[in-house]
Amino acid sequence: MELLANLGLGFSTCLTPLNLFYCLVGVFLGTLIGVLPGLGPTATIAMLLPITFTLSPVTALIMLAGIYYGSQYGGSTTSILVNVPGEAASVVTTLDGYQMARQGRAGVALTTAAVGSFFAGTVATVILALFAPPLAAVALKFGPAEFFSLMVLGLLASIVLARGSLLHAMGMVFLGLLLGLVGTDVNSGTQRFTFGIIQLADGIGFVVVAMGMFGLAEITRNLENEGERSTVVKKIANLMPTREDWKRMVAPILRGTAIGSAVGILPGSGSILGSFGAYAIEKKVSKNSKEFGKGAIEGVAAPESANNAGAQTSFIPMLTLGIPSNPVMALMIGAMIIQGIQPGPSVITDQPKLFWGIIVSMWIGNLFLIILNLPMIGMWVRIVSVPYQMLYPAILVFCGIGVFSLNNTEFDIYAMALFGVLGYIFVKLDCEPAPMLLAYILGPMMEEYMRRALLLSRGDPMVFIKRPISAALLAFAAVAIIAASLPAMYKKREEAFRE
Amino acid sequence: MRRRLLNPITHNAKDFWTGVIYIVIGSGAWIISRDYGMGSAVKMGPAYFPTILGILLTGIGIISVIRSFLKPGSPIGTFAWKGLVLIVVSTLLFGVIVRGAGLIIALPLLVIISAFASARFSWKTSLVEAAGITVFCILVFLKGLGVPLPILGSWFGY
Repeated sequence: MELLANLGLGFSTCLTPLNLFYCLVGVFLGTLIGVLPGLGPTATIAMLLPITFTLSPVTALIMLAGIYYGSQYGGSTTSILVNVPGEAASVVTTLDGYQMARQGRAGVALTTAAVGSFFAGTVATVILALFAPPLAAVALKFGPAEFFSLMVLGLLASIVLARGSLLHAMGMVFLGLLLGLVGTDVNSGTQRFTFGIIQLADGIGFVVVAMGMFGLAEITRNLENEGERSTVVKKIANLMPTREDWKRMVAPILRGTAIGSAVGILPGSGSILGSFGAYAIEKKVSKNSKEFGKGAIEGVAAPESANNAGAQTSFIPMLTLGIPSNPVMALMIGAMIIQGIQPGPSVITDQPKLFWGIIVSMWIGNLFLIILNLPMIGMWVRIVSVPYQMLYPAILVFCGIGVFSLNNTEFDIYAMALFGVLGYIFVKLDCEPAPMLLAYILGPMMEEYMRRALLLSRGDPMVFIKRPISAALLAFAAVAIIAASLPAMYKKREEAFRE
Repeated sequence: MRRRLLNPITHNAKDFWTGVIYIVIGSGAWIISRDYGMGSAVKMGPAYFPTILGILLTGIGIISVIRSFLKPGSPIGTFAWKGLVLIVVSTLLFGVIVRGAGLIIALPLLVIISAFASARFSWKTSLVEAAGITVFCILVFLKGLGVPLPILGSWFGY
């Protein structure tokens, strides 16, 4: 079966000492930043992008991917032990996980999270392996008009699923697209929006934008109110769940995996929505729903499976279509572009080693994680107590040096500072930065597809609606936006985000 | 039934300022693009896409401003002025002096000035941390990765 041959290729690519090492490094770093509050996978991946230039594309992406799904593991540790989510997607785990810790069942909660995450990770890897190739095959038949409309759909979906005001998020998309156009226009050689600054001739640089808006702005936001952290770190004695526990966690893990996998593919938040949704649904469906919020093991199993599944399935649109479904994927696309790989459906045929290597590395990474996390719990617990006021200057330093090392110019440092300010202002004004980053990555590509589509249609703008697939994609996008702006859905969206 | 117009700055500052920012950037993009060629639909010029985007962004800005007069919004909340200024200043300063003064001066300054933004700042921890980070970065970034930044910079003759 072709699937086995492909997986074989993946394994042979992964099982080199170098790739295994970087996979380990990736998941270790991922767990570390998941445990550390205030530092997330987006900022970390942005910080490490300069270093990945020295690595081969496969190795680089294996490591970066490991950071992402590794952070989902790490985030649950702090949620359970300290009632502080180390990662956005782990917020829900604090509800029951921390309660379990207070009842002396921290070990069980951590094991549940680890087992659920491993199962979800395995399933998600299989889903990737099964569904990515057919999806890429379909996408290969896409013409420029279809890609353009697909990107429109992706961006509009990210608006719908973003926090904050819909209107503002839409503006952020246009802003991101415009920022992506800064630099030299490939077609005409015209310098656009560069104001004569040489360093802008190649564009602003997405690492600059990402570090500014997701690194510096996030640090500033955390400085608004530095709360106290209550560390309930009783000795974590018993790690093994009881038989009753095992029985109770099976269904939530299955449901969480399913929900997380499905939601992860949607543009928006990757793992966050999945964990929220899984918790909410589990609560409705469970026989023990009254226990939720008081230490129900289902309240840990479901969201933890969901967020891990979501983190991995969010790779599907990126690897098969070249469309990022969240800021982390946008950075991955950036990493690929810098390595000279054009993201899109041809990746699977042009770079099969890369494609299958990444997929298999996710499973190997999950294996590393379950082996790492449980025995090393003591170490993670101690790291949890690193105070933020010591952490963020270090983050700033890595951002400063990292961004400089891209082009060896101080200009990038100044630009990063500017985006830090902008990013913070935007967040205060209720404008989500995520849609902007996605739009920024897609901007130049969208223009190119629009150009080609219009060229092929000899100037007919109706081409986007005349071609059936393109029309269908645009129709989806329109429905999504209209549905989200209707007052009824508006309320639901706000509620969902307030939870 | 006549609706009273709100004072947008006190009642819906978020929408108002977002709208203003979008209008400024959107119009700016559109106006600047006039200098690049528009081309035609069949052969898009460099101004084509930015003009469309600029107009759309300006439109959203206008809607946002109008909405700020009509609907009250949630307040902006604590603005971390001290944090923002210190983070930005320390980063800019780092950029300005790093090649002149060298990492051994620029890094501690970056650490200490930015750490100062925290309510939990303490000279002792910051100085120790500054030293630790400087050593770590020199080892990892300079020696390990070969980033061309000097330990002691050009102002001192290096």
